[in-house]
Amino acid sequence: MLIAVLLGFVFAPLWNLLGRWIKGSFSWLPALLPAGLFLYFASLYPVTQNGPLLTSTPWIPSMGVNLDFRLDGLSLLFALLITGIGTGVFIYASYYLKGHRHLDRFFAYISFFMASMLGVVLADNLLLLIIFWELTSISSYFLIGFDHEAAKSRRNALQALVITGLGGFLLLAGFVLIGTVAESFSIAQLLGTAGSLQNHPLYGWMLALVCAGAFTKSAQFPFHFWLPGAMAAPTPVSAYLHSATMVKAGVYLLARFTPMLGGTDYWQYTLISFGGITMLYSAFHAMHRKDLKEILAYSTVAALGMLVFLLGIGTQQALLAAGVFILTHALYKATLFLVAGMLDHETGTRHIEKLRGLRKVMWPVAIAGGIAALSSAGVPLTYGFIGKDLIYDATLKAINWPWVLTAVALVTNILVLYAGFQAGIRPFTGPLPDHHRTLHLPNARLWLPACVLALLCLAFGILPALTNGLAGAVASAIANTPVDAHLAIWHGFNTVLALSGLTLLAGFLLYGWFAPPEGKLQQRWEHLSPESLYRKAGQGFTWFAGKYTRLLHNGNLRSYVFSIITFIILLLGTKILTGVHLYFDRRAVVGGLRLYDVVIFVVTLAAIWKSISTNSRITAVASLGVVGYCICLLFVIYSAPDLAMTQFTIDTLTVVLFVLVLFRLPRFLRINDKLWQDGILAALFGGLISLIALGALNEPTTKETSEFYAENAYLLAKGKNIVNVMLVDFRGFDTMIEITVLSIAALGVYSLMKLRISSDNKE
Amino acid sequence: MELLLLILIGVFYATGIFMMLRRSMVKLLIGIILLGNGANLLIFLLGGITRGKPPIIPEAEKALTGAYADPVPQALILTAIVISFGLQSFAIVLLKRVHVLIQSDDLNDLNTPDTSI
Repeated sequence: MLIAVLLGFVFAPLWNLLGRWIKGSFSWLPALLPAGLFLYFASLYPVTQNGPLLTSTPWIPSMGVNLDFRLDGLSLLFALLITGIGTGVFIYASYYLKGHRHLDRFFAYISFFMASMLGVVLADNLLLLIIFWELTSISSYFLIGFDHEAAKSRRNALQALVITGLGGFLLLAGFVLIGTVAESFSIAQLLGTAGSLQNHPLYGWMLALVCAGAFTKSAQFPFHFWLPGAMAAPTPVSAYLHSATMVKAGVYLLARFTPMLGGTDYWQYTLISFGGITMLYSAFHAMHRKDLKEILAYSTVAALGMLVFLLGIGTQQALLAAGVFILTHALYKATLFLVAGMLDHETGTRHIEKLRGLRKVMWPVAIAGGIAALSSAGVPLTYGFIGKDLIYDATLKAINWPWVLTAVALVTNILVLYAGFQAGIRPFTGPLPDHHRTLHLPNARLWLPACVLALLCLAFGILPALTNGLAGAVASAIANTPVDAHLAIWHGFNTVLALSGLTLLAGFLLYGWFAPPEGKLQQRWEHLSPESLYRKAGQGFTWFAGKYTRLLHNGNLRSYVFSIITFIILLLGTKILTGVHLYFDRRAVVGGLRLYDVVIFVVTLAAIWKSISTNSRITAVASLGVVGYCICLLFVIYSAPDLAMTQFTIDTLTVVLFVLVLFRLPRFLRINDKLWQDGILAALFGGLISLIALGALNEPTTKETSEFYAENAYLLAKGKNIVNVMLVDFRGFDTMIEITVLSIAALGVYSLMKLRISSDNKE
Repeated sequence: MELLLLILIGVFYATGIFMMLRRSMVKLLIGIILLGNGANLLIFLLGGITRGKPPIIPEAEKALTGAYADPVPQALILTAIVISFGLQSFAIVLLKRVHVLIQSDDLNDLNTPDTSI
């Protein structure tokens, strides 16, 4: 199973390497990958009937993260959908994107996605699950933005990534919380101890975080808008990711956590209300759209809402209905997407007003679209009928307010029927416009997958018992107790049948008599939709970041220095005033003052003052020289002859260099803005340094290091001048590096002097 | 004397920062030099100052005994003086070069990396 999951990751780069053949006549080659995997998972079906299949490979055992995979009914359903619909989509795409210059890249992305998605539904370890979860978001980003030259694609891809990435982040927090509380990240073990999490004080957080992850991924209101946006992707991607697989990852997650977190009032109310609002809202929106893919996107969101809603109800009938509806929806919605893609591919438009009578030129497509639309409507003898029956059965037997829930489901189903007919039947009925007469049937690689899926809708609809085993296994896995499924077409005359009839009748009437005005809904409410709010939030954030950056990172050196110094003053000042005991030891600090000390002090102060106040550069530099010589004198008096010599030399050199280099420059700028502000800041800083120095002086010092050098300078290094000995002997290596630094500075100086940029080259 | 040095160090730091905040590039350079001097004196003062006892072993003896000036800060300062000379000379030449190129001594003219050179 490990190999099965990782195979997609291995093949993804391989398709790129084989790019030339993929773009040539071997474009069917990648389809073998999902087909093989489909057969593999189908062959595991009998095994899973006896209980979940577990495999484990050590990965990071120290952190309890292993490559653990677990296959039960729920995982198997998803694995079969991923690989089965994947096969169809791969074949379809090989023709749909024929001649596209990045076809190889497309297959690489989509294989990568398929592998990640398999990882999500098979992972037994929560941390492993989140890794695959994020990988699906990332590969989905690349697939939505596949047409990367269009700004809209890029924007919508980013939007999807932001929303799902945000959810993934919250989900990770939820998983860590659950893992810490339960002391295990293994889903199998968590299922074993089911029931303990619901009573934990942090249950509310776990529920909120897991729901945040699931709702963003599965496009629940108010996070739904990324899904219609994701329709910027090529149609095979929409059919695969955004109807059958990735968007159902959130549903999978909720189903998986039903035994661990479900069954409480919070769970029920959260899921039912989010799911209910989502399905009504988006089914209503689906009715008002005219673009084929937008209609399908909104009806997909409605279906996802329905699934969340059913999981929220949480009875065995509801879980069974959810399991069956996952399969039903995947079959008919993928078909409808494939049909929509074909229409777009052949006619160049997706606007339903412009598509009429196409049955005359592409009858297999019409059959596939028709069956899928009937299945989505829940007409008897299609699989959708079975699914719809189970939904009504579940809502009628719900614990709280069965009639309210049934009404919500009824309205949604009527609207979904309308949307399905708009997408699957309307383009093929009526008269064929003249400009479409030249059209012909597309390549079999396009219509065959859709027809196979449509046939499955029909086959399962006529013989629903075929799926008994799988549906039962799915419901058992969700409920964590054995559930038996007995799917049948005929249950006798009862309320459920009446509701189904009512759905069909109302739906047909609506379809026949009602044409919603185009675009009116969007125009009126667009500024309040979650999507525009998201946009505004994004713009606000950019604006804030821009302001903030311009304020702090304004390119003005002085304000950098200013803010750094301000910060240091605040930091050190607080510490000095609150944490350090400052006192003034009169004898130690003032004692032994001589006249020449005072003279040097006064001269230094005067020179500093002159150097900062003068308007002549020569005076300033000369004053600096005086300052340097005064320091030199201090060194002489206070027993540092080596320092005095060095200071003397260096100071002279600096002055000479200054004069030589700068003497031809103009006078100082006379601008002296912010004088007071800078002056106060500088004075504060100087005072602070003095205080720190005073505090440090009051501290006792140890002289161990000095004593070592004093005793050993002659004995070990045969030198009598201790400072010299330290520099050239004990710390000789430091001095060598210092010389290196100086050499580099010298090189810099030399090259700057030699660098000749003529004034012509300045621009 | 420590008191005078404390004040002097404060003045060095204050004037150094003040000059670094001026718009003129030459003043920036003067600020850096003043700041460097202040830092050297700070290290010197904190090592403890002693009058007339340089850390040099007398002719007849093999080790330094009694009171003597601390050689460790002196070695540090010596290194610092030399390095700051490297920095100063590089800065002076760089400043000259910038001035030749943009014909300005004003730091506010340098507030974007896109200033064409």
